[in-house]
Amino acid sequence: MLNNDKLIIGGHEFDSRFILGSGKYSLDLIKAAIESAKAEIITLALRRAATGNIANILDYIPKGITILPNTSGARNADEAVRIARLSREIGCGDFVKIEVIRDSKYLLPDNYETTKAVEILAKENFIVMPYMYPDLNAARDMQNAGAAAIMPLGAPIGSNKGLCTKEFIKILIDEINLPIIIDAGIGAPSQACEAMEMGAAAVMANTAIATSGDIVLMASAFKKAIEAGREAYISGLGRIIDKAEASSPLTGFLHE
Amino acid sequence: MSSDHMIYMPDMEIKESDMLDIVLNKTDEYDESKYNDNDVLKALKKENLTPYDFGALLSSAALNHLEEIANRSIKETRRYFGNNIYMFTPLYISNYCENHCIYCGFNCNNNIKRAKLNYTEIEKEMYEISKTGLQEILLLTGESRKMSDVSYIGEAVKLAKKFFKTIGIEVYPMNSDEYEYLHKCGVDYVTVFQETYNADKYKTLHLSGHKRVFPYRFYSQERALEGKMRGVGFAALLGLYDFRKDAFATGLHAYLIQRRFPHAEIAFSCPRLRPAANNDKIKYNEVTETQLLQTVMAYRIFMPYANITISTRECQRVRDNIIKIAATKISAGVDVGIGGHGNNNAKGDEQFEISDTRNVKEVYDAIIKQGLQPVMSDYIYV
Repeated sequence: MLNNDKLIIGGHEFDSRFILGSGKYSLDLIKAAIESAKAEIITLALRRAATGNIANILDYIPKGITILPNTSGARNADEAVRIARLSREIGCGDFVKIEVIRDSKYLLPDNYETTKAVEILAKENFIVMPYMYPDLNAARDMQNAGAAAIMPLGAPIGSNKGLCTKEFIKILIDEINLPIIIDAGIGAPSQACEAMEMGAAAVMANTAIATSGDIVLMASAFKKAIEAGREAYISGLGRIIDKAEASSPLTGFLHE
Repeated sequence: MSSDHMIYMPDMEIKESDMLDIVLNKTDEYDESKYNDNDVLKALKKENLTPYDFGALLSSAALNHLEEIANRSIKETRRYFGNNIYMFTPLYISNYCENHCIYCGFNCNNNIKRAKLNYTEIEKEMYEISKTGLQEILLLTGESRKMSDVSYIGEAVKLAKKFFKTIGIEVYPMNSDEYEYLHKCGVDYVTVFQETYNADKYKTLHLSGHKRVFPYRFYSQERALEGKMRGVGFAALLGLYDFRKDAFATGLHAYLIQRRFPHAEIAFSCPRLRPAANNDKIKYNEVTETQLLQTVMAYRIFMPYANITISTRECQRVRDNIIKIAATKISAGVDVGIGGHGNNNAKGDEQFEISDTRNVKEVYDAIIKQGLQPVMSDYIYV
């Protein structure tokens, strides 16, 4: 692993660039998945953080891991804000991933409502990480509203389709001065690697791991892919030769 | 003389919508015998299925491809829900009913023990249920506005909020302002079974009472969503009529509601007609286990994001296998009588016979044993 290559979000430093999800798989595998992924941040749907004593997901997350609660279930800014405040109240810390979704079929985020929630929560000193559709104008608004990172989707949540929005994510990486973390749609380690090669600051994955045949092994595969992609990005990718070059220059006649 | 089942009664909110006509016409046109193997395979290859493709999965031709359908179904279930299985229990608080539905154990002409729980008794039932660890409850009543009016249901919901995170209701259809009131009390999910989508058949089964009015029942989900509910559930009682047509109509109804209300959470229940007090009076078309499985999988592939509940009418073997393939929601510790949880003696008779009598712990352990993850609540009321 590279020395001193830290992921910095809202002033907090992390060595790992792999954010692991905790949904869609058995609670008793969470600890092993975190260890195998060497993840330092795990997302958690606050609506799953039950107060009950049976199958309470909070009991399965090891100490020392940063919890990134999300506001899934929120259909507008107001609901997202209330869920975030509740999350802080029950001791889930200051990090919050804003998810505002009012489409039950594709689960696409609502950038407009998300931006409104970012503005309110940033003022309340949350470390706000909005999940968004990769639109440059929206990302700028979120940056100006105080977001700590931007989390564009690669493809619809759970689709495992990879970087369908690649060109637009590249624009965000070039133009936004915040960590760009690819959030949804990453279905295979190779896709996570590609995202990191492009300059993404981190990758978040859940369904790809949860629906694999061996959750712990797949968590490890993602970890390696993300590290490889990061090292490639820092090294600078070599040039791509897209056609054979003429053996004598086309403009050579000028010197005849 | 019976009233016209297509005419609204006074005080029923009237919906100006073409959805009913669309569902009935398309269902009428749906001819399962026209589909062949190729149609089924084509449907299975598509990422997003049209209602036509859904019809293919429900057809007899699809029976030749059950294993392939099951493979697609499990993939969709895992993709949207992972290995999560949601647990809940129904709580019947009253079994008084003003409808005469000839197949139902609660029907007003049946000579059964009637009862209604008072608030102290309701709280006692809820306390007992909450001790099992469940956090989702479904409140049910018979369809009597007189004996279980909206404010009575509302008070029961407020009590439920003390013990549970997620509250659904399965009661008589009501107007959107009444749904809105119950939403404010704490309800977010409304299920209304249409029973059968064939209006002529419906007329012969529902002889009197509010339930006789077919369109009022049909538009319940729209009124519930206009009343700010978060999700709505759909079902036909399979076996009352041609189950393929009824399942097709149920799916199409849900599909059109989702298009009109994209934020709505959609859910299906898949009850088969079972013996109930006095329903030996009617002849029904037995739906086999294979046909039930086919129907559940067709719902899953057509609307992969929908929750699907598998009823305690089904036996343990069927339920435990269907949650592996397609269903995402299962009840446990079920008592379909009145007052059987915390009030030592059951006060009122049951609506139907249940087949899976396991308690919460037993169902929980069975889910874990299959490598699935029981979830008590995935919901936050804000």
